[in-house]
Amino acid sequence: MGYAIHNISEGFWIAFRALFANKTRALLTTLGISIGVITVTLMMMIIQGLNTSVASQLEVMGSGTVYIERHPWIIMDDWWRYRNRPRVTKEQFEEIKRFSKLAEYVGAYTYTGRPIAFRNRTRDRVGIIGVTPATADAMSWMPEYGRYITDSDMITTRKICVIGADVKEQIFEPYDPMGRNLRVGPYNFKVVGILEKKGSTFGQSNDNYVMIPFSTLTHNFGHRRDVTIAVKAKDPSQMNDLIDELTWLMRRARNLAPNEDNDFSINDSAMLTDFYKRITAGIYAAGVIIGGISLLVGGIGIMNIMLVSVTERTWEIGMRKAVGARTTSILWQFLVESMIITMIGGIVGILVAMIGGKLLGQFLPTSLPLWLGLSAMAFSAVVGLIFGLFPAVRASRLDPIVALRQE
Amino acid sequence: MSSLIDFKSISKIYEIGKIKVPALIEVDVNIEDGEYVAIMGPSGSGKSTMMNIVGCLDAPSDGVYKLSGERVDGMTDNQLADIRNRRIGFIFQTFNLLPRADAFHNVELPLIYAGLPRIKRREMAKEALERVGLADRIKHRPNELSGGQRQRVAVARALVNNPNLLLADEPTGNLDSKTSYEMMELFGNLHSEGNTIVIVTHEEDIAAYSHRVIRLFDGKISSDVRQEPRNGSNGKFAGKPEE
Repeated sequence: MGYAIHNISEGFWIAFRALFANKTRALLTTLGISIGVITVTLMMMIIQGLNTSVASQLEVMGSGTVYIERHPWIIMDDWWRYRNRPRVTKEQFEEIKRFSKLAEYVGAYTYTGRPIAFRNRTRDRVGIIGVTPATADAMSWMPEYGRYITDSDMITTRKICVIGADVKEQIFEPYDPMGRNLRVGPYNFKVVGILEKKGSTFGQSNDNYVMIPFSTLTHNFGHRRDVTIAVKAKDPSQMNDLIDELTWLMRRARNLAPNEDNDFSINDSAMLTDFYKRITAGIYAAGVIIGGISLLVGGIGIMNIMLVSVTERTWEIGMRKAVGARTTSILWQFLVESMIITMIGGIVGILVAMIGGKLLGQFLPTSLPLWLGLSAMAFSAVVGLIFGLFPAVRASRLDPIVALRQE
Repeated sequence: MSSLIDFKSISKIYEIGKIKVPALIEVDVNIEDGEYVAIMGPSGSGKSTMMNIVGCLDAPSDGVYKLSGERVDGMTDNQLADIRNRRIGFIFQTFNLLPRADAFHNVELPLIYAGLPRIKRREMAKEALERVGLADRIKHRPNELSGGQRQRVAVARALVNNPNLLLADEPTGNLDSKTSYEMMELFGNLHSEGNTIVIVTHEEDIAAYSHRVIRLFDGKISSDVRQEPRNGSNGKFAGKPEE
């Protein structure tokens, strides 16, 4: 064991000398490995970055919240099967709200687009969301200043609004929007609250909205609208039970016969996570295959150069054996040499991938966790070990006499 | 005196395809501790083969070889490597130095394979280089050294582990005559310090420095003569030996 450690550590210095003697060749040989490591690392960095950003963006939708809608968020099969589904209505919302036992908050919202204006500043088309008082809690989307929509706003179809952070910044700056009138379509809405900033999801701002009472929206902008019912579970660990309950309540509300399929969808962020995982699995596989191929090609290059090196240094191997090198010492010398080549390739690859990640970071989120760097290094070493094995075995088995005869 | 090298009817037959080429035929020879022997003979006479067997680089086809009374046949590769490492020092015609490594690293090689720590190696390699008169060339690479100096580095490498036996295969083959004589002087000194030396050469005036000349012809010993060395370890000039 002690001898093996001695072999490896001395093999390291011997290999280092040999590589230093052939700097250009060693560097060129590392290129193939570098490219492989760059591909895999960069691919992983992008996926890692996406993972973190998607996780935080899905958080925006609220965990423990499901959305009852006419269509599923992601349609993987034939879209036309969903075409003739009836709308989700306000009545169905009321029924869920009344009968659900597992829901903590049940809110509804519906959506329209209208131009908005304050003084001479206008926006062409901004999302106007009609919400019920519980929607804020159901979606975990609270006002930061002022208040939200109340039951009395609903009853009186009052023209008040709670605005998103973008609307405040783009329409009202430098004025304080609270208490001022915002023109929505042909009507004036008094600002009573400002929503907390949500940031953007997949490049789309979540703060460019104006929220008004649900009843005011249907009363002034038309009532034949798709309604989304947002339901927050009392216990986030009971999501499946909640979905079962909601499905049953919706089927009852829509008078579906037992043999009829659901004509509504219960969406939650887990669906998006699943979908996202399916996409990234593809990117992942592609990255691993491309990286694997370039590592294979790089590895064959290493093997080739190591075989050349063994042939060139046959006399050296003979001399080393003559002065007392054991078979294992020679084996380790060449194995360590090929591992150093691939590990240098790995380091170069990681460095280039880091730079590449910085450049890509302007378009895509990337991140390089420590384990990724370390496993890239370990993987390069393993490639060196595998492809260096054959040349090293060949070197170690050389007959010292035959080897010494070579000049 | 104990017998250092003991050949009992050693044969070596090379098989090239279906043809059997005998290189050594039932050779019996004894070399004692502290001897200075030259092995001579025309090319193809088997002197290199004999050298390789003595150096545990090659195994005989037949016969028994005892080194310091120990049978060499049946030893594992690792045991043979350790014998070459600790008990034998090789000096080659072409020096066989690592071109990109300095004198120090070339000399320390056997010590690396002996598993010695760095500090000890440095000390011993320095000492060996001092013994061959290259104390001031430790950091020089082979291409910064003259032929004679290179061969001195090779001698230092052979000496560094304090072996019982120095084996030199045509050590002056690549040196000019002046450097050759200097080299032979060094060998004489090493011999007078108690080292056993076996030299393979085809040059009569190099063999003249030794105390005993073994001549090989067609794989057999044709003559084995003890002689008064020329200008050797005892400092006397022996003159050219008779043919």
